[in-house]
Amino acid sequence: MFVLLALHAVAATVALAGPRRRSLLGAALGLVVFAATAITCAVLGVGAATPRRESWAWVDELGLMISLQLDGFAVLMVLLVSVLGFAVLAYSISYFDHDETFRRFVGLFIAFAGAMTGLVLSADLFTMFVFWELTSVCSFLLIGLNDKSATARASALRALLVTGAGGLCLLGGVGVFQVVAGTSSFAELAAAPPSGTAITVALVLVLMGAFTKSAQFPFHFWLPGAMAAPTPVSAYLHSATMVKAGIVLMARMAPIFGDVELWRWLVVLCGGTTMLIGGARAMRQTDAKLLLAHSTVSQLGFLTILVGLGLPGATYAGVAHLLAHAVFKAGLFLGVGVVDHATGTRDIRELRGVGRQMPVVAVLFGLAAASMAGLIPLFGFATKEKALVALLHADDEAGAVGTVALAFVVVGAVLSAAYSVRLVVGMFGDKRTGVGEGHPTHVHHGPGALLVAPVAACAVASLGAGLFAGVVGGWLLAPAASLDPVASGKLALWPGVNTALLISLAVLAVGAVVGWKTPLEPGAWRFPLSGERAYQFLLDGLLDGSRRITAISQSGSLIVYLAVVCGIVAVAMLSGILLDPGAGLGELVVADSITQAVVVVLAIGCALAVVLTRYRFMSALLLGGVGFGCAVIFALYGAPDLALTQILVETLTIVVFLLALRQMPRRFEPAPSWAPRTLRIGIATAVGVTAALFMVMASSARTAPSSGEVYAELSEPEAGGRNIVNVILVDFRGWDTMGEITVLAVAALGVVNLVRMAHRAGRRNSPDEVAS
Amino acid sequence: MIGRRSVILDEADRWLFHVILLVSVYVTFRGHNAPGGGFAGGLIAGCAFVLRFLTHGSARVAQALRVAPTTLIGAGMLLSIVTAAAPLLGGDPLIESTIWKFDLPAIGQVKLVSSSIFDLGVYALVVGVVVAVLLALGSDAAAEVGDDGHAEVPT
Repeated sequence: MFVLLALHAVAATVALAGPRRRSLLGAALGLVVFAATAITCAVLGVGAATPRRESWAWVDELGLMISLQLDGFAVLMVLLVSVLGFAVLAYSISYFDHDETFRRFVGLFIAFAGAMTGLVLSADLFTMFVFWELTSVCSFLLIGLNDKSATARASALRALLVTGAGGLCLLGGVGVFQVVAGTSSFAELAAAPPSGTAITVALVLVLMGAFTKSAQFPFHFWLPGAMAAPTPVSAYLHSATMVKAGIVLMARMAPIFGDVELWRWLVVLCGGTTMLIGGARAMRQTDAKLLLAHSTVSQLGFLTILVGLGLPGATYAGVAHLLAHAVFKAGLFLGVGVVDHATGTRDIRELRGVGRQMPVVAVLFGLAAASMAGLIPLFGFATKEKALVALLHADDEAGAVGTVALAFVVVGAVLSAAYSVRLVVGMFGDKRTGVGEGHPTHVHHGPGALLVAPVAACAVASLGAGLFAGVVGGWLLAPAASLDPVASGKLALWPGVNTALLISLAVLAVGAVVGWKTPLEPGAWRFPLSGERAYQFLLDGLLDGSRRITAISQSGSLIVYLAVVCGIVAVAMLSGILLDPGAGLGELVVADSITQAVVVVLAIGCALAVVLTRYRFMSALLLGGVGFGCAVIFALYGAPDLALTQILVETLTIVVFLLALRQMPRRFEPAPSWAPRTLRIGIATAVGVTAALFMVMASSARTAPSSGEVYAELSEPEAGGRNIVNVILVDFRGWDTMGEITVLAVAALGVVNLVRMAHRAGRRNSPDEVAS
Repeated sequence: MIGRRSVILDEADRWLFHVILLVSVYVTFRGHNAPGGGFAGGLIAGCAFVLRFLTHGSARVAQALRVAPTTLIGAGMLLSIVTAAAPLLGGDPLIESTIWKFDLPAIGQVKLVSSSIFDLGVYALVVGVVVAVLLALGSDAAAEVGDDGHAEVPT
């Protein structure tokens, strides 16, 4: 399985970095990889007695592993991901103009499919998190594929921020599981489900992750926005794959933690609200693609309820509907793309008489939509039927929450029948009556076979799976059982007359009437609650807040920076010294020799003069004098290396100082009124005294033997050098040196660039120079 | 160039420039067993360039260095990193020193330690830093500092 993931990575790299004109090469490679993935996983996974497992140690020291398992559910999801990936990629070849965008699309698409494959194969939460984030990043890039459009960029950013925030929640949840339960593996968690407050918190965090990814209320708003992406992207990301990531996560966790009351209520309330909001919003859309986006939100709410409940029957129905939804929704998205491609519009108010001109597409699209509405004999009917049956019995096991779930699902189903009718009528209807009159929409060019084929495949699959619901239902046993050993069920084309069927018929009837009667032109009414506005409010607040904090903390005044740094040093060190004087000042020696005393007096004199002088040049020179004094002290104490370096540094520093000071006034400016002389003297004295105190105390506070002696012994045999200072620099503490020279390099580049910028600004501000 | 030219300083530069550079290399290599090392050596070489700058101005400094100072910074950094990381290939920890000993005719036994190469990287980087700052801050009002840190003197 790692080989398959690696193949995805290679194909994506080839497509992204390959020759500019041969974007088809990448696409072909992608098709091969998808086919290989599907076949391999089907061969290895279907009918296997024990799921195949593979793992790879990532960070051994932390026990981090990437572990994959190919159980029934994983097989189903991998097939969905790669078969639909195959169809969408084939479709995209004729959808895109073959330009730079296509090349990027192919590469990112394959990378995304790879990440998604990894996600569905994950055997533990941690692995899933890793692939989870990969899909977030890939989808960000895919939604923003058209990087010249501001809307696309904003949508991409919104999707990334929302799913990224969810990803962080998920990471928090994974962390809690790892710490409290000691494992994040699904199998081990199922074997011994942990419980407790911490686990409940972790579950809520995990749900937050799943809700953001699967566009559940209140995070549903990013998904319709993501429709800025090209249609194949929408078809793939928003039908089959990325939005299913949250469903996959819930499907893995729900059978283990479904009994937790909070989990179940959260899932049902959020999923149900999402179902209704998505359905209601879909009824108000005029752009067919946006209508589909909102219907996806609604269907995801439905799936969330089914797989999130963690009841055996509902889990089975959820797995079945997941398959049904992926197939019909991909077909619908691609169908909208076909019409868009042929007529240049997706507005259901403008499209008129398209059904007559493109009958084949209309029939295929109708089939897929019928599956979405839950019409017999399509697959969507069988799965929804199963869901109703499961939920009718849910209150036995789950109590009130099961009844609430049923109510949500029935109302949601009415809406989904209604928006299916609205979609088909809007896209292909003649609309002689209704909004305005006019000629049928002009079809520029008939759709090519490569465009229609994937739509046909999805529609036929929806029909075929419905006709042979019993057989397909049998195939779904293994995937459901791999989630929950007791999950089982069967699908049927004609389940017989029972409560569920009656509900279904009533739902269809009401839905059809609602869909037929709702005007295509939406009213002016707006839903008062908007996740999008909340998001915008939060984001604006965050940006504004950080701007304010930056304005306060980064005033740009050198005096303030210095005062803050020095003040904090003085206060922190002084309080440390006062709290724990340790060994005290120890034994103080005034001077070891006359030379020393003379040098120190000279250095002190220089230091005093620095404070007293009013000229910048003079103060730089005097500061150099202090430095040279220190160098002499070093030399006197037998540290020639230090002395040498100090002298050299001082020399060069003076030169640099003088160069820089040429640009500045000769004299220091008078102190600003808000930083009076007394205050500055106070801070300076405090930091000076503290530093001196600290030095004296530190030198008399040694408790452990000097590490220098160890180095001295090791220097010659280990590093082949007799100069210990140098050996420490280049060998024992070579890593520190690495850091220091990096700082040095960065500082130098900073100086170079600052000066360049100053020159540029200067040039801009002096027009006469520009003229010459 | 700052201030008026001085004949004495000019002559000093002519005679000393290369001598200082030679000394800087010597100090770098000697550092392993006696005071010195790449940092000190680089600073000494920097002093040579300062002398050249004081006598002939930034254009001649750039000319004397031949490569852009930023290139030198990058090259030095690369050399240090490669030397530091090379032991990893052999399974040793980072910055593990390797000692080579070989005999050269007429000179006798020569000992070369891999950390000398690391130090050489430090040397190059320090020279680059000093010259880069020198050229950036020392460029005359008329001269421009280019993208590579070179002072471009309009001709």
